[in-house]
Formats: sequence, C-alpha cells, structure tokens
Amino acid sequence: MKIGIPKEVHEGEKRVATTPEAAEKIIKLGFSVAVESGAGLGADISDDAYRKVGVEIVDSPEKIWEDCDLVMKVRPPQKHPKLKKDEAELLKDGGHLISFIWPAQNEQLMQKLAAKNATVLAMDSIPRISRAQKMDALSSMANIAGYRAVIEAAQHFGRFFTGQITAAGKIPPAKVLVIGAGVAGLAAIGAAKSLGAIVRAFDTRPEVKEQIESMDAEFLMLDFEEEGSGTGGYAKTMSKEFIEAEMALFAQQAKDVDIIITTALIPGKPAPKLITKAMVESMKSGSIVVDLASEQGGNCELTQKDKVVVEHNVTIIGYSNLPSRLANQSSQLYSTNLRHLLTDLCPEKNGQLNIDMEDEAIRGATVIKEGKITWPPPPPTLSVVPKTTDDTKVPAVIEKPSGLPIPQPVKQLLPLILGGLALFSVGSVAPESFMSHFTVFVLACFIGYQVIWNVSPSLHTPLMSVTNAISGIIVIGALIQVSAPGFLMTLLAGLAVLVASINIVGGFVVTRRMLEMFRK
Amino acid sequence: MSQSLVSMSYIAAAVLFILSLSGLSNQETARRGNYYGMAGMTIAILATVLSDSVTAYVTLIIALLIGGTIGVKAALKVEMTQMPELVAIMHSLVGLAAVLVGYANFIEEGTSLFGVEKTIHEIEIYVGVLIGAITFSGSVIAFGKLSGRIDGKPLILPARHWLNLSLLILAILFGKWFLAQAETGGGMLPLLLMTVIALAFGVHMVMAIGGADMPVVVSMLNSYSGWAAAATGFMLSNDLLIVTGALVGSSGAILSYIMCRAMNRHFLSVIAGGFGTGSSGAAAEIVGDVNPITPEETAQLLMSAGHIVIVPGYGMAVAQAQHTVFEITKLLRHKGKNVRFGIHPVAGRMPGHMNVLLAEAKVPYDIVFEMEEINEDFPHIDVTLVIGANDIVNPSALDDPNSPIAGMPVLEVWKGQTTIAMKRSMASGYAGVGNPLFVMENTRMLFGDANDTLQAVLKALSA
Repeated sequence: MKIGIPKEVHEGEKRVATTPEAAEKIIKLGFSVAVESGAGLGADISDDAYRKVGVEIVDSPEKIWEDCDLVMKVRPPQKHPKLKKDEAELLKDGGHLISFIWPAQNEQLMQKLAAKNATVLAMDSIPRISRAQKMDALSSMANIAGYRAVIEAAQHFGRFFTGQITAAGKIPPAKVLVIGAGVAGLAAIGAAKSLGAIVRAFDTRPEVKEQIESMDAEFLMLDFEEEGSGTGGYAKTMSKEFIEAEMALFAQQAKDVDIIITTALIPGKPAPKLITKAMVESMKSGSIVVDLASEQGGNCELTQKDKVVVEHNVTIIGYSNLPSRLANQSSQLYSTNLRHLLTDLCPEKNGQLNIDMEDEAIRGATVIKEGKITWPPPPPTLSVVPKTTDDTKVPAVIEKPSGLPIPQPVKQLLPLILGGLALFSVGSVAPESFMSHFTVFVLACFIGYQVIWNVSPSLHTPLMSVTNAISGIIVIGALIQVSAPGFLMTLLAGLAVLVASINIVGGFVVTRRMLEMFRK
Repeated sequence: MSQSLVSMSYIAAAVLFILSLSGLSNQETARRGNYYGMAGMTIAILATVLSDSVTAYVTLIIALLIGGTIGVKAALKVEMTQMPELVAIMHSLVGLAAVLVGYANFIEEGTSLFGVEKTIHEIEIYVGVLIGAITFSGSVIAFGKLSGRIDGKPLILPARHWLNLSLLILAILFGKWFLAQAETGGGMLPLLLMTVIALAFGVHMVMAIGGADMPVVVSMLNSYSGWAAAATGFMLSNDLLIVTGALVGSSGAILSYIMCRAMNRHFLSVIAGGFGTGSSGAAAEIVGDVNPITPEETAQLLMSAGHIVIVPGYGMAVAQAQHTVFEITKLLRHKGKNVRFGIHPVAGRMPGHMNVLLAEAKVPYDIVFEMEEINEDFPHIDVTLVIGANDIVNPSALDDPNSPIAGMPVLEVWKGQTTIAMKRSMASGYAGVGNPLFVMENTRMLFGDANDTLQAVLKALSA
C-alpha cells in the first residue's frame, strides 16, 4: 500500500505528518511512502532527508492524492489554495485518510469524505485509554502547546522568570497562574517552573491536585465541594455557584500574578470564559495572558484568535497554532503517534491496513468506514477491566476462624506450656548425664537465637558460609574415632575427617574472600 | 594434654564461635568475626588431636591435609555467582560426615553404657544418622537444582504428603526395630534401611520445592547441618559439638524464618513444596502492551534522572552483570546522580546473594539498601533499573489476592517515575506468575542478556 504525505496547506501550518525517522519505520511495516516536495521544509526537514530513507519525493500535490491509497496529514482537509479544489475531493474514491478531523465541528467535511467512499481515521478521536496513549496526538500536541505557551509569554514578558539578587538590585520572580491542569497545563507548569517562576495552578478536577503538586506548583484550592471530573479524564461544566467561587478566585489572583496561562476546555463545547475584561484591567501593567483555548473561542474575553493584542497594558496571546510554532518537535511527536497507529492497523507488517472495529482504539479513531459514518463511537470502557472473582470463592482466602474459642492469654502461653510439658517428660525419663548435655544444648540455642537476629541482612551469605565452616566441628567426633581400633572404624572416621575438613577450610576461606570484598 | 585442658580449650572454642557469629552483625566487625571462627576451630582441633584419646596421627593428618587442600581450592576457585551451589554442597558434606560418624560410633559401641543411658545413646545415633542423611541427600539435590543440573521446577508426586508421612512412620518403626536389635548387639540392618529412607526423604523434599523458594531451602539445610552436628555431639557426649551445632542450627532456622517472612509464606508450606498450587481463584490475567526501549534510550533516561535505584535479581547473577552494573553506577555517580541499590531479601537463590555479588563488583555497601529502607523512597525516584528480577517487583503481590505470591512484600518500583525492566524475554518469573509491572505505562522493557544490554547502555552513557 502506498502512503502519501502532502504539504500542509493551512496558512501558517509548518508541521508535516511524517518525519524521515518515522517514514523509515513505516517502510519496514511494508508500506511505500511518497512525500510532496517541500512538505517538511516548515519543520526544517529537507527532501533529501526523506530520500535517504527511501521515500519517494513527488512534485505535485495532485499526484500524491491520486496515487496514494492512504493519505496522512496533520490538519483536516480544506480548500487547496493552488488547485482551487477541496482536498477532500482530491482524495481518490475508496481511499484512506488519517489526520485531525474534528468530526463534531466539521459535519460538511464528513459528508464530503463519506461521499468519496473513504475510510477516515481521526487522530482527534483516538480514545483516551492507556493502551492508546502512544497514538494520542492530542496529548502530544497539548504537551508542546503548553511548553510553547510559556515561551511565548517569556517573549513578551519584560522581566526574568527567576528571582535573583544581584549587585544591581533584587529581581522578584515572575508569578504564573496556570488554569486547567491537563496535559498542556502540566507542560506549562513544568516549563514555567524550570524557568524559575513561582507557579500556581487551578483545575476543577480535584484528582489533579497531586499531579500539580508533583510538578512542584501550588494547587489553588477552592473552598467548595463539587466533583469536576467528566468521563475520559476531561472536565465537565460546573454549577453556577462553583463558577462564581472560581471567578472570585481568578479575580483575586489576577491582581497578584504576572502571567496567566489558560488551558480550560470542555469537550464539544465553546471554551468557558474565565478571565473577564475587568480581570484583565486589574492586572499589573506588562502582564501576559496566554490563551490556549483561542481555537474554541478563548478563555479570556479579550482574546483574538491567532493574534497578539495589547489591552490595558496587558498582552493577550491568542495563537491557536502553538504546536506549529515548534514545528520540528511537533512533527516528530505527531509522526510517532501516526506510526504507532499504523503499527496497530497493520499487525502483520505486510503493508496492508486491517481496520479492526473490535479494537477499541481503532474503533474510536475510525470516523468513516468505506463511506459509512461511524462517528461517534460507543462510549469507551476502561482499558483493563479487573476480573472479578466469584464472591463464593473469596472466603477461601480468608483465614478460617479457629474452632475452639481459646482465650488470648492462654493462646500466647500455649507454646510455652507445651514446651514445658515436653521438657518435663524428657526430664522424667532421661538420666542425669543426658540432662547436662541437654542444658548446654538449650542454652546454646538461645544464644544462637539472640546473636543471629543482629546479623545484617547483607551479610546473610557470609553468615551461612561461616556457620557452614563452624558446623564442620563435627570433625572432632571423627578425630576421636579415627584412633579407635578396627579398620572399618578408621576408614569411616577418616573419611569423615576428610569431608569435614573440606568444609571447615573451604567455609572459612570463602567467607574471608567474600568479606574482603565488602567495602565502603 | 589432660582432659580438663581439652575441656577448657573447648570452652574457649565455643566462646570464639559465639563471638564469630556476633561479629557478623555488621560489615566493620565481620572480618574479625571470621578470624574468631578460624581461631576457635584451630583451638578445638588442636586440643582434640593433642588429647590422650587420639593416636592415629598419620591417617588423621593425611585426611586433614587432603580435605583442607580440596577446601581451599574450591573456595578460591568458586565464582561469586556460584555461592549458593557451594554453600549447598558444603551442607551435604556436613550431613555426610554426620552419617559417617554415626556409623563409626555405632560400630564402636562401647559397653560402658547400660539401661536407659544405652537406649538414649542408641536413639542419639539413630537420630544423628537420620538428620545427617536427610541433610546430605537434600543438599545434593539443592546443589543440582542451583547449578542447573536438575530442573528447577518443583517435582510434585501424587499424594506427596502421604508419601512423606509414610516415610516418617517407616523411619519411626525402623527405629523401634533398631532399638530392639541393638539390645542384643545387632541393629545394622534397620540402621541401613533407615538411612536409605532418610536419603529418599531428603531427595523428595527438595525436589518438591520450586526454584523461587531456594533461599529458604538453602538456609533450612544450613539449619539441618547444625542439628546434625548437635545430634553427633549428644552421641559422643561432646558439649562443644552440641553448642556449635545448636548455634548453627538456630542460625539456619532464623534465616529460613526471615526468608519465609520475606516471601509471606508459611515455613511448612515451603517445605511441603509445590509453589502456587494451593491458591484459590484464578489470578488476574495480565493485559496490555509492553513498551520496549533501546539501550541508547535507557542511557538518555538515566542521564536525565537525578535519583536512580537499581534493583538486581537473579538475572544479574546469571548474566554475571554485576561488574558492568558497577561501571554504570560509578559513571552516574560521577555525574552527580544519586544512585542506590534496592535489595529484596529473597533476590537470588540464597540469603544475601545480591549483596555478595555487588560486593564482588566493589559496590560500596553504604549505597546498598534493604527493601524496607528504600521502599518508601520510590515516589521520589526518577528511574528504577530492574535487572533480571521479576517476582520481587510484582505489584500483583499487593493488589491481587488470587496471585500465588499475594501478600509477599515487594519492592514498589512502579511508584517511581519510570521503571526500566531488563529481561531476556517476556517469560514469567520463577514463581510462574505474570507481572503487570511490565505492561504499566511508566515501565519500559529492555530485552536481552543483562550483561550485553548493560554494556551497550554503558557505551551509550560514556559516549
């Protein structure tokens, strides 16, 4: 099967769907790959780099769309500026397309593609299950967006992020507020933190508190009880009271912080307006707002999509193409996501697509199959369903209650009483000579018990080899017997001496060897 | 040398042995402890040889010399990875010596004893030979299993508990027969038959125990060899033998107990053998994909980490990778990383096995930590490198009540940020249990022989 990578036509889009590294691995899956000339230039990838790994470079975009059975892109198909034709129409009949689609927002596009009998996999529809994380392009792009948001803010911010005390005076650290601690939010926290800023973060989902704190940022608590987690790890719309409390918190924070980065999104809905005009006005002069939700209308009332505006001396950055502004990095991650998807789609590595609608990740991503719209997919289930065991079997694991109700103190004393009885019965029949040996034996056991508990676990092996050597003391018995008359006696005892002396010498020498090695 | 002087020397030897064992309580005094042991042994042997009852100097010196030479050669030649085998075969020697001494004592059979004392003496011989024979055959089998000459999987015979029980009853019956015969000066036949039974019992017992339980077996046999010496001491009315045997016996018993506790297993269930057969309900199956990683990526991860823990397992011993591990450790520590080792009590095939291997590679022991010391630190660890370990890092021990290793304390490596697990393949561990750690999101699998892959990691690190 031939895979085609056209140059992105969206204005300002610099990413490319496949890098040479990914192409090399895709070719190993049995596919052949063609790339439109200059497709990688925006991401600093030359045509030659593609050629080196065996990718065919095609000059005209039409040829890519015509010849290839599978087209992989970043942006959803749109009108081609040069060919004056929609990319969806360029797709060949019954062809395959993998790209961002946003099926909820692009109904027309979906119809067009369905009319082409196409099979379309939307990178934005890959379910958020742990197994599919390796192909989750939304997360990998969000990660980049979060990082880039901090870099954009730094670009427009007139001060250091980190605090310093210099000969020329004290520099206070920048204070950054991150709203929404999803992948992008956490990436922003990490980037801002590593530049040295004081970072605070807010999220409606209480379970992310730990994640925020793990990034060493401060989690802003809202004194309000409401669970903000929706399905699939996304946030949901909150109640009116909650939003009021939230807004009050933001208003108070706006006066204090230097940079606000908003990443609040609710799936399938316009972005919530969290930063009002009044809040922007209350911010210190020279402050920055980076609105990562500008594509969905923005979290800030004053955001203008894809523009940087200065209102009341506050710079509001509304770029919606932040990943594209780090084109090489995002192309790498995106193409790796694509490659993972292809690997799952082509389990036999024969260069043929196998769209297995039983596979949850592939089912979720497939929005059109052979002309039939299959979006939206059934709701996702948990990736690993813990197997429930039969309730009847559980009690088997639990310790059986003892049959006789023995009171606790008696239970504790029982071994002692039994031991005492055993000693007593031995004492009642055994002669005195045995008892004196027995005394020695019992006392020695106790000494052993006391001494061995103190041995450091790391010395257990030397301990064993020393005790081994010491137990060769049995040689003494053999030594006494070896002088007794009779050939058989001498032979047996002599053998015993030999064997035991192997033990003694070997044990001590090997212990010494081991202990020599332990050093600080 | 007079008898009193001999007894005095024996007391000195016993004290030195106790000092020797207590010296092993930490690394600083361990070497001194070993010398105490040597001194004690020398005093004991010299005193015995110089005592009036010993005259056959030629035989004795020849036997001592041959034995000593073999011992030195074996001890100097053995690889540290083969320590479990060496220890096991040495146990068998003690058992063999106990059997030989028992027989010799039986043949000698002085007529100085009468009545109850004579009976007790015969019981002592009988018990001494019994324990010695079990120790001997059990240790030989353990040696075979540890050195790979015998398959490590537990051999489960049908009705094995009944088999054990009937062997025990037979041994007791033969004992009665032996006592009856010994009254009249005979009894060789029942003694021989019992020896055969005891040998079979030892073989059967260790054959039924799986490879993962080997640390328990080795320490248990250690204990037996002590009891065998103690029984010989009773037989010969020699207090030094009794004291030493009891010390060694209780030492081995405590070690077995520690090992059992480390695996959350009952001592009896280990001895009864057949790992994992008694669990009720099916253990949860392991579902998920593994994330493989290359040595180069491993090196990058290690370079970007601040806190690193290395968890070695039997795989490191097999691949003889401890030296490479230390080279990597040195390099990373040189770059200012906090590298530590986390050792599970039953890692390897013998108590303390990993510590010895790391010591051989000159890893300083103050960066080697026990499980309890390091477990709570895992949430702050950036990268954990698991080298050829499986069951001791298996999360299902904690969260799957149906897992055969449920309840066993494990190193909670999955709480760290990233875990790199090195394995030869995706095969399950010695316990035959699947390990969900390997499919966790923050786990990366590095496949291949531990030493080869670590060499590659080292190369990438120093590049």
